[in-house]
Amino acid sequence: MAQYQHSLRFDPDRCDGCMSCMRACPTAAVRVRKGHAVKLADRCIDCGECIRVCPRAAIVPLTDQMADLSKFEYRVAIPSPALYAQLDSEVFPGIIFSALKQCGFDYVESASPACDAVTIATEIFLNEYRGQYPLISSFCPTVVRLLQVKYPEMVDQLLPVLAPREVSARDAKLRISRETGLPLERIGAVYITPCPAKIVAILEHPGMQRSYLDAAVSICDLFQTLAAAVSHVQESEYKIDAVESASGLSWAFLGKFPRSLPAENTLSVAGLPNVIRILDDIEKGRLRKYRYIECHACPEGCVGGCLTVENPYLARGKAIKLQQNLPAGCSVDRQQVEAAYRKKEFLMDENLAARPLRPLDEDISRAILKMKERDRIISDLPRIDCGACGAPSCRAFAEDVVLGEADKASCIFFWQRDLADRIEQLANLVRIQKQSTGGLS
Amino acid sequence: MAEAFESVYRVLGKDFSNAGRVSTSIKDTLKRLGVSPAVVRRVAIVSYEAEMNLVMYAIGGKMSLSVSRDAVTLNVDDGGPGIPDISLAMQEGYSTATAEMREMGFGAGMGLPNIKKNADEFNISSEVGRGTRLFIRVVQTQVS
Repeated sequence: MAQYQHSLRFDPDRCDGCMSCMRACPTAAVRVRKGHAVKLADRCIDCGECIRVCPRAAIVPLTDQMADLSKFEYRVAIPSPALYAQLDSEVFPGIIFSALKQCGFDYVESASPACDAVTIATEIFLNEYRGQYPLISSFCPTVVRLLQVKYPEMVDQLLPVLAPREVSARDAKLRISRETGLPLERIGAVYITPCPAKIVAILEHPGMQRSYLDAAVSICDLFQTLAAAVSHVQESEYKIDAVESASGLSWAFLGKFPRSLPAENTLSVAGLPNVIRILDDIEKGRLRKYRYIECHACPEGCVGGCLTVENPYLARGKAIKLQQNLPAGCSVDRQQVEAAYRKKEFLMDENLAARPLRPLDEDISRAILKMKERDRIISDLPRIDCGACGAPSCRAFAEDVVLGEADKASCIFFWQRDLADRIEQLANLVRIQKQSTGGLS
Repeated sequence: MAEAFESVYRVLGKDFSNAGRVSTSIKDTLKRLGVSPAVVRRVAIVSYEAEMNLVMYAIGGKMSLSVSRDAVTLNVDDGGPGIPDISLAMQEGYSTATAEMREMGFGAGMGLPNIKKNADEFNISSEVGRGTRLFIRVVQTQVS
């Protein structure tokens, strides 16, 4: 099986094995072995929950640094709409555009036209779709991977429409290449990202032959330089704020589904535990009357990304306030988008493949035996999920034992009981020996 | 006799806050066993409908899962009120759900028909005042 690309690295020099990440991981992808956290690559969905909880900053997102971008002759920044919600709502997008240029970008592409175009494309797709409902949004890479890994039978319900960030990158590169004469490969499209999952989307480009993005710099890495640059932007540059629209900015938080759909047929869900509950319900056939479900792994949507700086609830408030000062209408021409849609310009060009988690055994008969053994082991364990063995739950530990990845003796309860048994056996032996020697000793 | 994994789950009646947990647990078990995604999905639907029937009408009951190389079987037993007219209960849209259940989004009269539709073998027997039993079998089409 092909190796998964990942967007985070556990730094053993910083990790002290405190287990915070192991307990927070929604897919049980972390174990603590020999005092350090390790990641089970096939289970990790790059949600970044571990980054949020690590008290020692030992989990390093593999986003690009500004210095890495010098390999591109021309650098285009593609800001996530969540970026605008990090600064005060008086800091208009136009100011942030100027500041990004001071940070080293040659060009900044507005997020709104692609967001608006993708909204229209989604509406058209939904109107013409005749398959199984509900469709599930595919813009959050963590949600895509969660489905690929844990809900493989539902991947064909993922919306096969390109994410706005990809559309932005494609359109910007084509335009710049036309205007400057530079070949496409010398132009770097850099996403200003609220989360590490976008890195995986660039590396693995699910549903696409390749990603139009070339790199991703995190909002939190860029923030200090950006905030400093904002304070140096000349007042004369302030007024260029028609660069983003209110509808584009609404992609930064929960609730962006196409407004043309009746609200009773759509749902918006954010936060991974909630997304998992909804996916469980879809799997059971409970939500067939819904046509489209928008899922975000992070609380409140992209404003809650683990590589942002502002509290997601404050950020959402700022975005809403900022929206009131931005142009309200759609930033693209509907007919043009429809024409481009017919040329398949907004659709993924590859099928989204399922990548189901490896079962206990590839052979079902052997898997059944292992499952029975697992349950026998669980019945021996305290079932309090203390984590001292280095697995997040007694169940996960029992599976690890069955799979030969952990030793039963690393459960301290089991070990203690085992020791007590042995001491008793020894004591009995000594007693027997004393009796047989007539208590002479 | 082929090796089978068996597990019994208890479902509490009227316990709406935990309703659906048993079918989630069954689904997770099947995935860990490497049952094919299409079969998992059918069993997920079947077990959820059966579980909801136990919660809503039967004041609880028992679901027994058995997974072998060839098939997934589910035996559902309850000591509930029973179904007076099974052929009527099997009709799509027929429901005895209370207004309260409908308000919660249940009682569309699709439960039993959905179970039958997703099962390869289905058997129902019921006695008024004694309870209802379901036998459901979904065949694994796995190539070995």
